[in-house]
Amino acid sequence: MEKVIVARQLTKRFGNFTAVDHISFDVAKGGIFGFLGANGAGKTTAIRMLCGLSLPTSGSATVAGYDVYRENEKIKRNIGYMSQKFSLYEDLTIRENIRFYAGIYGLTDIRIKEKTDLLLKQLQMEGQENSLVRSLPLGWKQKLAFSIAIVHDPALVFLDEPTAGVDPITRREFWSLIYEASSRGITIFVTTHYMDEAEYCNRVSIMVDGKIEALESPLQLMNDFRAASMDEVFLQLARKATRVVE
Amino acid sequence: MRQFLIFVKKEWFHIWRDRRTLFILIWMPVAQIVLYGFALTNEVKNSRIAVLDLSNDPASTALSQRIDASRYFEVIRYLHSYREIEETFRQGKIRLAVVLPKGFGDDLLHSNHAQIQLIADASDPNTANTLTNYATAIINDYQKSLNQDQELPYQIRAQVRMLYNPELKGAYNFVPGVMALVLMLVCAMMTSIAIVREKEMGTMEVILVSPLRPFKIILAKTIPYLIISTLNIATILLLSVFVLDVPITGSLVLLIAESILFTITSLSIGLLISIGAKTQQAAMFTSMMSLFLPTLLFAGFLFPVENMPLPLQIISNVVPAKWYYIIVKAVMIKGLGIMSIWKETLVLVGMTVVLLIFSISRFKIRLG
Amino acid sequence: MHAVVVENIVKNYKIKKSEITALKGVSFEVSRGEIFGIIGPDGAGKTSLFRILTTLLLADSGKALVDGYDVVRDFKTIRGLVGYMPGRFSLYQDLSVSENLEFFATIFSTSIEENYHLVKDIYQQIEPFKTRRAGQLSGGMKQKLALCCALIHKPSVLFLDEPTTGVDAVSRKEFWEMLYRLKAQGITILVSTAYMDEASLCDRVALIQKGNILSVDSPGGIISRFPSPLWAVRATDMYRLMQDIRNHPATLSCYPFGQYHHVVFRDGYEGRQELQAIIEHGRYQQAMVDTIRPNIEDCFMALMKN
Repeated sequence: MEKVIVARQLTKRFGNFTAVDHISFDVAKGGIFGFLGANGAGKTTAIRMLCGLSLPTSGSATVAGYDVYRENEKIKRNIGYMSQKFSLYEDLTIRENIRFYAGIYGLTDIRIKEKTDLLLKQLQMEGQENSLVRSLPLGWKQKLAFSIAIVHDPALVFLDEPTAGVDPITRREFWSLIYEASSRGITIFVTTHYMDEAEYCNRVSIMVDGKIEALESPLQLMNDFRAASMDEVFLQLARKATRVVE
Repeated sequence: MRQFLIFVKKEWFHIWRDRRTLFILIWMPVAQIVLYGFALTNEVKNSRIAVLDLSNDPASTALSQRIDASRYFEVIRYLHSYREIEETFRQGKIRLAVVLPKGFGDDLLHSNHAQIQLIADASDPNTANTLTNYATAIINDYQKSLNQDQELPYQIRAQVRMLYNPELKGAYNFVPGVMALVLMLVCAMMTSIAIVREKEMGTMEVILVSPLRPFKIILAKTIPYLIISTLNIATILLLSVFVLDVPITGSLVLLIAESILFTITSLSIGLLISIGAKTQQAAMFTSMMSLFLPTLLFAGFLFPVENMPLPLQIISNVVPAKWYYIIVKAVMIKGLGIMSIWKETLVLVGMTVVLLIFSISRFKIRLG
Repeated sequence: MHAVVVENIVKNYKIKKSEITALKGVSFEVSRGEIFGIIGPDGAGKTSLFRILTTLLLADSGKALVDGYDVVRDFKTIRGLVGYMPGRFSLYQDLSVSENLEFFATIFSTSIEENYHLVKDIYQQIEPFKTRRAGQLSGGMKQKLALCCALIHKPSVLFLDEPTTGVDAVSRKEFWEMLYRLKAQGITILVSTAYMDEASLCDRVALIQKGNILSVDSPGGIISRFPSPLWAVRATDMYRLMQDIRNHPATLSCYPFGQYHHVVFRDGYEGRQELQAIIEHGRYQQAMVDTIRPNIEDCFMALMKN
């Protein structure tokens, strides 16, 4: 099976501090991979390396087939990224935001038009395309941001806590979008603090103190830890953590 | 009281632990004084001039040498004809040409008067004026030295005397200006930033929901900067007296008292700015635009206010620094007492009272 | 007397040209010594509500009392009585842990020693770091310090606005354990959160969405008022299963909940038959179907839809 992420002994050190400690894992194409861990465990640093935003100290990794050391520009062109902090431009309209990001991702004008129509239909925002993003409810913004993150049909999309603070219905609607993208062949790499969302993933990894302490399907993990939910699994693992500084 | 003191203590920590800003606060007045005192000067020194001596007699030679010897002038060329004058000006090599006509010495000694032509590059009229004045002064000096005690009838001699600053040193002008600028910046800008920082960081919410009266918050925020300003004033005065040779002719006590008054004026402006600004950046920008620039332009130390068009003169009356600048010049340079500056002092007091009342009443005790 | 009384509070905001109503007439009461949760997503109006109750904002209409005092008229009194923790930014980043605590103690005219017993359990966990600058603490430790600072003057009512947001799961749990111990000391606690599971940790909760209170009751009470039976179903190929269930005319709602889908049927339909039919028709394997007790999230979603 084709692998969209291959990481071997990936490490990142800042002076004396080892933020990411020799992690190794694979992510198969087309799945939903949950990347979990407490704040300060090293998740964000690891994601930055995979996105081509930060050079590893040692170890190797390829993302969408491209090497993170030598080909990080190619990586950036072939992935999507969405985070809580990922902002759409609040003072631009929905249409303008789509146009802007699609343009950055290198889509042709024709494609942009196609995609815009498609997106609006999918999100049920037809007729609203000229509203400012600022006026949208939070849930809509999240959904729009996700759709824009994959407007160029990347092989892989990174989602950094995409549903934080969102109401429960919108949260689930968001996951419907994720499923839909997954069924189209886009691999999803998601971090979240909602443990029930961890259960939607095909596989999850849990980082503690810079190392990967678990790498299994959620069902398998719950079995291994004799836990009734991912929440319990996570608590058992996170309790072991010794690192206290962010 | 304890409440208040711990707040002041906290403010000190913020200032002390922000090393970069602290560095600027302490060294800025020093930098400004050095800059203005030494480097930037609208004095004229070693200006390049040329002399066309068509007479070449002892008198003309003596005069040329005098001019060259003066620290204001440097004769870079001795010309030989009129044509050369225009050429040299066009090449931009000189600002002034002194022409001593044929028979200069004879005319002087035998008919008691002689003519000298001074040709100046007036594309910079101020400098041209200054240069011709200097040259005229030297020439008059020379004339006097020739005549000694000899009484010459119908001679109109222009007597020039420079009051307070006979050597026309720029520093006399700049030191009061720098004081106004520094106080304005430190007090107004830093105070407004300190208050807005609390808002921006979110801690303002928490301290509002406490028994601490807003008035005490304001006071605690301003007192550290009052102290720093006093330090700055002392630094500036010490530098002026011992490094720039600018004396404090009048009462030091009066000078300090007026400075403290102006500090409070600046603090209340800072308070006013902090009310409207939502971010520290906005506070800084507003301070820069509404304080620094007007102070620079309208206080009167870079450009004389009397030379400005009437509308701008009226605007300058609203700039507190202008009044402070007048006061400092009066006390420090002219050695005058409170009787001469009571009007300006009253204006500052009035401004301060109005600003304080206005901004304290407008201080937001709630959000949004 | 109730610790907090809220009567028909309305709050509007003007942003550029549009007007947004953050609170559309909310009312509830909090009894002394309760842990009362305000549960709702971002944008529901939680922060606006807290700011009104702590006298930082004026409501456009309605009334509110804290400890018997009116939030508008008696704001000075209230400001001396309550403890407030406004989310992430309530500490001085460049002051140390002990300096922060000393500061807050002093402005409330008390000292750390006087009320140490209140904060001891919490403070002991961060005491080893007491000379460290607050800006260099981890999220969990910042929250602990902020809680100490809000408590140190022994407030009668404690307002905690989203104290667990952005904090890791272990710290979250510890935080709630601390709140229980505080409750035992008699402090009334109002806490807001977007995490639905934290609702069950409160004595009573108000569910809030888009400025409206959906329900006020104990968690058990809210759950008992869930209108219909709730079904949990799982099988292989959950995505397709969800679509099949949703397409069924009898289905009112079907949402994913981790390992199971939660399904509610319309009135008149029992449920089991319909589900069996769907499973057979779609040839799903390893299917499991059962009724379950709803949790707060189920209730929230049902109330949202009405």
